[in-house]
Amino acid sequence: MTFKTASTCCYCGVGCGVLIEHDGERILDVQGDPTHPANYGRLCTKGSTLHKTGDLAARALYPQLRLGKGLARTRVDWDSAMGHAAQMFGQAIAEHGPDSVAFYISGQLLTEDYYAFNKLARALIGTNNIDSNSRLCMSSAVVGYKRSLGADSPPCSYEDIERSDCVLIVGSNMAYAHPVLFRRLEQAKAEFPDKRIIVVDPRRTDTCELSDLHLQIQPGTDVALFHGLLHLLVRGKLIDRAYIDAHTRGFSELAALAAEYTPERVSTICGIPQADLETAARLIGSAPSFLSLWCMGLNQSTSGSAKNSALINLHLATGQIGKAGSGPFSLTGQPNAMGGRETGSLSNLLPGHRDAGNAEHRDEVADYWGVDHLPCTPGLSAIELFEAARSGRIKALYIACTNPAQSLPDQTLVREALAACPFVIVQEAFGNTETCQYADLLLPAASWGEKQGSVTNSERRISHVRAAIPAPGEARADWNIVCDFARRLEKQLRPGQASLFDFSAPDELFDEFIGLTRGRDLDYSGLSHAMIDELGPQQWPFPVGATVGTRRLYANGRFPTDDRRARFLHEPYLPAIEQRDSEFPLTLNTGRLRDQWHGMSRTGTAAQLFGHVDQAQLSLHPDDLERRHLSDGQLVKVTSRRGELILPVLADDQLRPGQAFIPMHWGDRYLKGLGVNVLTQPAFDPLSKQPELKHTGIDVQPVALAWELFVLVEGDVQQRFDALRPLCEQFDFASFALTGRDRPALLIRAAHTVAPDTAWMDNLDRLIGVNEGSVLVYDDPGQSVGKRIRIEQGRITAIRLTGEAVARDWLRGLWERGEISSPLHRWFLAPLASPPGGGAAATDKTICNCMNVSASRIRAGVEHGMDLQGLKDQLGCGTQCGSCVPEIKRMLVARVLTT
Amino acid sequence: MQRLKLVLIGNGMAGIRTLEELIKLTPDMYDITVFGAEPHPNYNRIMLSPVLAGEQTFDDIILNDLDWYRDNGIQLHLGRRIEKIDRIRRRVIADDGTEAEYDRLVLATGSRPFMLPVPGNHLGGVIGYRDIEDTQAMLKIARRYKHAVVIGGGLLGLEAANGLKLRGMNVTVVHIGETLLERQLDKTAGTLLQQALEQRGLNFLLPKFTSELVDDGAGRVCAVRFNDGTEIPADLVVMAAGIRPNTELAESAGLACNRGILVNDTLQTFDPRIYAIGECVSHRGIAYGLVAPLFEQAKVCANHLAMLGFGRYQGSVTSTKLKVTGIDLFSAGDFLGDQECEFITLSDPIRGVYKKLVIRKDVLVGACLYGDTSDSGWYVRLIQNGQDISEIRHHLMFGEASLAAQPAGEIRRIDTSAQRQTASNAEPLRAIA
Repeated sequence: MTFKTASTCCYCGVGCGVLIEHDGERILDVQGDPTHPANYGRLCTKGSTLHKTGDLAARALYPQLRLGKGLARTRVDWDSAMGHAAQMFGQAIAEHGPDSVAFYISGQLLTEDYYAFNKLARALIGTNNIDSNSRLCMSSAVVGYKRSLGADSPPCSYEDIERSDCVLIVGSNMAYAHPVLFRRLEQAKAEFPDKRIIVVDPRRTDTCELSDLHLQIQPGTDVALFHGLLHLLVRGKLIDRAYIDAHTRGFSELAALAAEYTPERVSTICGIPQADLETAARLIGSAPSFLSLWCMGLNQSTSGSAKNSALINLHLATGQIGKAGSGPFSLTGQPNAMGGRETGSLSNLLPGHRDAGNAEHRDEVADYWGVDHLPCTPGLSAIELFEAARSGRIKALYIACTNPAQSLPDQTLVREALAACPFVIVQEAFGNTETCQYADLLLPAASWGEKQGSVTNSERRISHVRAAIPAPGEARADWNIVCDFARRLEKQLRPGQASLFDFSAPDELFDEFIGLTRGRDLDYSGLSHAMIDELGPQQWPFPVGATVGTRRLYANGRFPTDDRRARFLHEPYLPAIEQRDSEFPLTLNTGRLRDQWHGMSRTGTAAQLFGHVDQAQLSLHPDDLERRHLSDGQLVKVTSRRGELILPVLADDQLRPGQAFIPMHWGDRYLKGLGVNVLTQPAFDPLSKQPELKHTGIDVQPVALAWELFVLVEGDVQQRFDALRPLCEQFDFASFALTGRDRPALLIRAAHTVAPDTAWMDNLDRLIGVNEGSVLVYDDPGQSVGKRIRIEQGRITAIRLTGEAVARDWLRGLWERGEISSPLHRWFLAPLASPPGGGAAATDKTICNCMNVSASRIRAGVEHGMDLQGLKDQLGCGTQCGSCVPEIKRMLVARVLTT
Repeated sequence: MQRLKLVLIGNGMAGIRTLEELIKLTPDMYDITVFGAEPHPNYNRIMLSPVLAGEQTFDDIILNDLDWYRDNGIQLHLGRRIEKIDRIRRRVIADDGTEAEYDRLVLATGSRPFMLPVPGNHLGGVIGYRDIEDTQAMLKIARRYKHAVVIGGGLLGLEAANGLKLRGMNVTVVHIGETLLERQLDKTAGTLLQQALEQRGLNFLLPKFTSELVDDGAGRVCAVRFNDGTEIPADLVVMAAGIRPNTELAESAGLACNRGILVNDTLQTFDPRIYAIGECVSHRGIAYGLVAPLFEQAKVCANHLAMLGFGRYQGSVTSTKLKVTGIDLFSAGDFLGDQECEFITLSDPIRGVYKKLVIRKDVLVGACLYGDTSDSGWYVRLIQNGQDISEIRHHLMFGEASLAAQPAGEIRRIDTSAQRQTASNAEPLRAIA
């Protein structure tokens, strides 16, 4: 007996509806919900493989506690765990005051979870030390909206993407990060070929495949670009003077500033042809409707707030806001970043789009909650919070649903902070994240498919998230854990008073929270879980009495400012902090892979999602490789002012020379050396306090690591991962991944100056099951070369190559195909990059993950003269989620260029 | 020119190969006379095992038929054993009184099985395994009797055991070593071999020391008794516990012998008119029991007999193969190695392959292969050449084909085609075939 439960996807901020097929105990399949207005049935590679994630072996299943930093955690019951947690927090508060504790939470929590955390921190404990990972994601957009438009309210709807005549995509690899919206854009462009798409990105990403114009600007120069565009709009009389006069303030100051941003100057600063700049201005200025979409390229910057406002300026100056197909539209990175902003889950916010620094707002909320007052001391933002923890000011830290030991910049600092904090709670669904190792108390949380509540997506649409199956082990819903904790803490902090946390179900939290939105710009006090069930997901505002949500804001040109006018901000272009110099001559950018999400705690459990990219690599332009005498795939040491990392280099002509790229996903679990963020910098925007994760000065040098290790072992991947990752800590380079589809396997690549001792090797062999039985063995201890290949039922099930691993790719290919009794058997242990006579294709990149179509098959199809439709018909690639279509197009173009 | 007289004592493989090499060099220099103790023309002694196993016939293994002797003008005396060499008169005298005069004499008297000095070693049904007659005797017993015991787990013993098993006997191999073929294989390979042979139905007792062959009361063996007191039934006992060079004739002629007839690098004895080659010889302290070194000796000996004299024999790197169908094993050189050696090993339980290569100072000095011997020739060449293998070390285990599969330029090829004959620093084998 199987059931289908409608819920939402737990990854990006598009907020797609999913139908979870399950038997009440296990999730069996996932399909797009055809009725959900975010996706109308579509899903991307990540969403469509949700049922393949969440390996129970990777989950936190029971509370675990340690009473000393040097000790191992042991399993405890919930009652003891929560009692201890409340006691530790209570003690810190009693001895050091409420600001000695802090909460670091997540854009992946549900609105109800957020609300409980906020009430706990601000009403019960009396601290504003509650910040969320949205600080790394959307806080610059929050500032941008608030400063320019008066409130943190993205004015657009997804349908505007389809209806716009001109779409400007800035600092967003939408094709990877928001694939379903990109599909909608793709389809609209196919239906209306006159629709113009401009992409602004230092990299030529897959998103550029759809663009009419790609402005490949120097990183961090967006403000100059926007001012330069405005300069040309003014010069070309393409601004809407009537709109400016009626609905805005500050244009003359801005115009004066923009006058300095001549095309010549902007062309130099941004490193783009003047003609392209002029084309962009003409397209924007002459389009009947103009929409901009942006993401981390603007937000993760020390000029993040300025970039946001400079972009919004273009909309205000052209009157392109508040109407169909127009407006500034930020794409949120997390499923409920919006809900976090609504509930006040950044240290400077309060529920209902209020500010913690605003006494009136504090009083309103305090009244609503029935407490005397809310704290007025400013809370710590993420970077500040961890700096405070490192300096000993935070005595107890509660982390939920996020992985700061992977995601925050300057990991060395973050690790020191986590180690220094006397008591760290980590509330997590996955027990093996980088942060979990710092938990003194690990609380197992329910996750996707197991919990109920609500989320708000990028277009202000609130969906009801529904549980399909019970949480595994003793895991509990986040709101439930928080309320339990709060009730215990109340006994110390508010003895004898009525509980503030008398909630027994998430809808009770929802119902209380929406009262705080009443009368605010986001008012959705007219909504309830039951109403969403009845009406479907709805866009706020949805005040009492509404029957339908609000598609678009500011249609009447009135903004939620004191004078109802929007503001032009006039801030000059400031370069990013770390400019290229002789010591750090390259600029490191970070960003997404197509098939991974965030720190990979969930996507990293689905082997299939490693098919597209299976290791961290440093992308450099081929010229930069040549200049440094580096070859593609070679191991290099990347150094920044804060740390260093060893990983392979990848020739990548999507970058401009002088720039470098590492995907943001690779943390210390997957890449030894604290992951990519050991390099990135904590400098942040003065207003949004969002760190400049995408602009780091680095140097790259070759490293000579003579001894290498390659392991592929099928089965028990999480257990083996957990056992083997610490063993590889002793190597200079170690990279972990999963691989395979139906038969997941663990993949390890490592290298070091010298070989480990034989005891280490014996231990490895035991852990991967090549120490005995049906195992092919080759040993040359004099050269530190050793190889093991386990064969079961004629099929390779484990490979271990040490000292020399030339044959890894074709061996892996054989494993992948599950070839039985291969005729190449006698060459398995030979040091051959390809076996004699060929016939054993090396493993290669999976371009289409849905239909499992590899790059080599597509290339062969292209060679045979197939076009996109032909490839779709013959190979099936690109026919499901469509995420691979831009890449396939790129392969087709490459073919045309070479012939 | 007056032809010189050349007499060859011993009609076996070493002697006749010498004549063949000589005739190639100089067909007319000598009038040649050959004495053979066996009543057969020259046959391939090492193929007796396939004959015993029923895979070949006696006719199949004849190397030189009587026409060959006639065509080359060789006077052949079969079934005549030389009993005396008169070095003063330069004549040899056979057991039937036949005499022959020589200007040059070649001794190729071969060897005989070592008969274990235990009570009963003279009994009926106790056979040393050496020649066609022995083989025929074993076949005759195999037709009537059930229990065979082979004493000696060396190459010859195992081949005999395998043949007798195929002839329907219940065969037990008794061996004093810890593992089989310990002079040709390391312990791992020896154990693999034992397992493979056990699967074919052979029984093994090792290490086991024979103390007595038991008389059935009628002068025939009926059991083998061991020093631990146990015994097993035996209708046939094959002695395959080593060989002894036949040196008595040489000794009686006053030629120096020490576990073989002592010869120099041109295979001459103290008496420069008298040469000796083959299993009866001790060259630089080594008596070879394998066919390849004998052929190398034959070439040098012939060169000297032809009065060319530029050939020198400096010892052989020996290698071994077992002639049991379906079991491939091979060893060469110093396959055991020492502390100065590095070892490369490969084991593949699925294909039943085990290989070990021994390297000393970047030179391949030994190899032991079990289950896949396809690269044995290459290894022998590498050992003989003594060339530096560091450039191809990673490929060594996988043979020449692995090198060939490399993209050009990746590895500097080393020339392994030349077959120089050098004394390798490997300790050669003393095998028993």
